[in-house]
Amino acid sequence: MVEEAPVAAAAPILSVKDLEISYGGQKALSGVNLEILENEIFGIIGPANAGKTSFLKAINRMDIFTPGMQVRGDITFAGHNVKHLKNVYALRSAIGVVFPLPVGLPMTIYDNVALAPRLRGVKSKVDLDIIVEHCLARAALWDEVKDRLNSLGSLLSGGQQQRLTIARALSQEPILLMLDEFSIAVDPVTTMRIEDVLKELKQEMTIILVTNLVQQANRLADRTAFFLEGSCVEINDTQSLFCGGATDQRTTDYIEGRFG
Amino acid sequence: MFAETALNVRDKKVQGLFRLIFGLMTVLLIIPVLVIMGMLVYKGGSIITIDFLFTAPTDGMTAGGIFPALFGTVWLVAVALLISVPIGIAAAIYLSEYAADNWFTRIINLAIINLAGVPSIVHALFGVGAFVVFFKFGTSILAASLTLAIMTLPVVIVSTRESLQAVPRAFREACWAMGATRWQTIRRVVLPNSVSGILTGVILEVSRTTGETAPIMFTGAVFFTPLLPQSVFDQTMAMSLHLFVVATQVPGVPEELPFGVALVLIGMVLVMNSVSIALRMYLRGQKKW
Repeated sequence: MVEEAPVAAAAPILSVKDLEISYGGQKALSGVNLEILENEIFGIIGPANAGKTSFLKAINRMDIFTPGMQVRGDITFAGHNVKHLKNVYALRSAIGVVFPLPVGLPMTIYDNVALAPRLRGVKSKVDLDIIVEHCLARAALWDEVKDRLNSLGSLLSGGQQQRLTIARALSQEPILLMLDEFSIAVDPVTTMRIEDVLKELKQEMTIILVTNLVQQANRLADRTAFFLEGSCVEINDTQSLFCGGATDQRTTDYIEGRFG
Repeated sequence: MFAETALNVRDKKVQGLFRLIFGLMTVLLIIPVLVIMGMLVYKGGSIITIDFLFTAPTDGMTAGGIFPALFGTVWLVAVALLISVPIGIAAAIYLSEYAADNWFTRIINLAIINLAGVPSIVHALFGVGAFVVFFKFGTSILAASLTLAIMTLPVVIVSTRESLQAVPRAFREACWAMGATRWQTIRRVVLPNSVSGILTGVILEVSRTTGETAPIMFTGAVFFTPLLPQSVFDQTMAMSLHLFVVATQVPGVPEELPFGVALVLIGMVLVMNSVSIALRMYLRGQKKW
């Protein structure tokens, strides 16, 4: 990208070496080697069961909560091998996650966004107010909910809940934002709004965008990886990938919609 | 095209028949309840006055009121709750939120189910052996309440665990992914959304504990004492045992007395069940997701 680059541009924030994930002995993903650079949007495309979600879970150590999930290989995030990290809570709070189905927690909209700051010890009402407004505004939701911050976040519409989830992720002040097929339960208009949000967020953080929409990766991602049946087939510049530059026939087939 | 065929007619008849059978069974279910309540009110209603509730039995239990028994039951239930609710809820949280699914937790779950199936008289004998004799509490409220507590623990554990499990896992995962510990997740997401179910379970436990007779008759409840208990180491009268006594053990009791005692006992249970039902209806009305 030709936008103004921050100081540490092009440094890998995340590097993955020989990653192998299995569930109870059954391999879900193997042989993944890749580096994700600061302030890029890294797209991951691929059909179901390709190992995309497992990949995200390994990064923020959610494997602990998944019975039978085993992770081998090295994931280095912001200079630390996540496997040997003692404080996994700090790791997770540095990584915002947006799930496929919007998860508005069953508490008020305000509390949803104030949860992460509260967990890290922010108590002052004034500070929380500022964070809540700021995060909701950046997730393009503030105008719609500013008059009903005390209604339940879990009863918003799907598209609103998904933006609430993004606001909540932003309230963690993350270095990395991971979105897992965020548009599955969201209408096209909201999808476009969220995509605009992501383009702006990219200035401040790194984004991993797992998507089931090939064209979404094309619109947003700087580089895109293609996962298929538990392996990473190809990583390439999104532009060259979508302009016939794919090196693997399977990638071309998938992008052009011949399977998947 | 939409004309009724013979087959349609038969299907409708069969469907009507089954509907009738199921409906009749439901009505059948209500009859015993109505008969019991009706008989109790008819035969024992006249004896219930403020005096009856708040005076002690006199004339060898053939006259007077039931206050020591009423008071004793409140004590027994309260102490039993103080013991079983914290232990039961803590165990349920552990089993639901922390424990991995392995042979050890499966054995614990099996033990809980078996504990629920143990007859109350066996609990009573265990209570005598463990609390009255071994721990030397004597026949006392403490021994009786501990016995009641152990007997009702499975109810608390199972109902609490079910309320916790009713909170979708996605909420927990979203919270963990934000860097929350398991406890932070439990406190901020899981408990606030399961507290209604937990409370309902506790109230049902109360109503069950109130009526139990066998577990307390050897461990803390006595035939007759005019003295109110001063501490948990005292013996006490209790409603359920008192009913047993006036109904079968004492000669010359006027007929309406046992019915009056039974009516008060059932009244206590019904009130608590209604509170539980009302609470559940109120909280279910507040849909959270």
